[in-house]
Amino acid sequence: MSSTGSRELKPKHQRLVLLVIALVALVGAGLLAAYALRNQASYFYVPADIAAAPPQPGQAIRLGGMVENGSITTAADGVTVEFVVQDGQARVPVSYTGIVPALFVEGSGVVAEGAMRADGVFIADNLLAKHDENYMPRELEGMNSAELREELQESMAGSSE
Amino acid sequence: MHGFANPARFLKIAKWLTVPLLVGGLVISFAAVLWGLTQVPPDRLMGETVRILFVHVPAAWLGMGGWTTIAIASLVELVWRHPLAAIAARAAAVPGAVFTAICLVTGSIWGRPTWGTWWVWDGRLTSMLVLLFLYFGYIALSSSLAREGQSSRIAAIFGLVGAINIPIINRSVVWWNSLHQPPSITMGQSSIDPVFLWPLLIATLGFSLLFGGVVLARMRAILADIQAEARLRRKALQAEELAA
Repeated sequence: MSSTGSRELKPKHQRLVLLVIALVALVGAGLLAAYALRNQASYFYVPADIAAAPPQPGQAIRLGGMVENGSITTAADGVTVEFVVQDGQARVPVSYTGIVPALFVEGSGVVAEGAMRADGVFIADNLLAKHDENYMPRELEGMNSAELREELQESMAGSSE
Repeated sequence: MHGFANPARFLKIAKWLTVPLLVGGLVISFAAVLWGLTQVPPDRLMGETVRILFVHVPAAWLGMGGWTTIAIASLVELVWRHPLAAIAARAAAVPGAVFTAICLVTGSIWGRPTWGTWWVWDGRLTSMLVLLFLYFGYIALSSSLAREGQSSRIAAIFGLVGAINIPIINRSVVWWNSLHQPPSITMGQSSIDPVFLWPLLIATLGFSLLFGGVVLARMRAILADIQAEARLRRKALQAEELAA
């Protein structure tokens, strides 16, 4: 075996090298495809995208972002809500007539399906609430990390007594 | 490593491990889900629907873990011609598909009250559905190859190529705007309150043990099948010789 020389690879090492090359090529192709799909595969546009490349009025799109604090107003008819969607860079006013999802509140994420009107207002046919990655019980809501730490210390001190 | 290549030694270990894994997995999963369903406070926004987390997230991880198992076993099969690797890959496919289906169904049930829709075609949901279809394709391919008595090498290549979907599922919520939330748990950081995180991690442990137990049981069944077939073939040969 050793007399065949160190230059020749054992069959299983040859297979390993071939497979690793094939896998690297495959992963590279996959990453390239995912990178190229970056804009097409996104589920919605953020307000900054709309500001950078305004869509045609009437063209069906989805708009996603945060509901600006203090921006929700209900119109006189009682079923039309108006609010502003922002992403920290741009803001888009939105008008929606219908029942809003339970998680639709100021400062939370939203995805609106609809189209831009010529005057720059987004007319939504459908609203989806977007949940963020934070999971927290109600009692701890609104606490910042310092308060949370305090609360934790208090409860620990209480339990040790 | 090569110690396990011996099916007889593997069977001895697997026989000893299967029942503890299955029973332990069932008990731990049941306890963790019960804890999550009854002892955990409601979430500040989602309310009671947060409880589906304890089934949805472990199922999602094991759905992806199942294909990762297939991919690693396929690599070992193709490179080292390990006789048990092909069987391991075949055995992992069905439980992986079941966990993926559980993930999709529970996610859909959660999505209706939370998002306001059962289903959307965003990056995460679509790539997870593709994973389920990949499982169906893999199961059909590998079982038909086994039935025809053909080499499972094509199934192994399919298993490796399909693995490209796993990092796509994982990164889909980072690369693309999606309705699905971004990852809550990354590199030891968690934005899930400990009160939810602990039952989640314990449920994941239980689901994983269950997955391991099912894979071992299926591997033993496949090996027994192969042995029974070989014995039948031998008997048929002997009968022919006697008749001649």
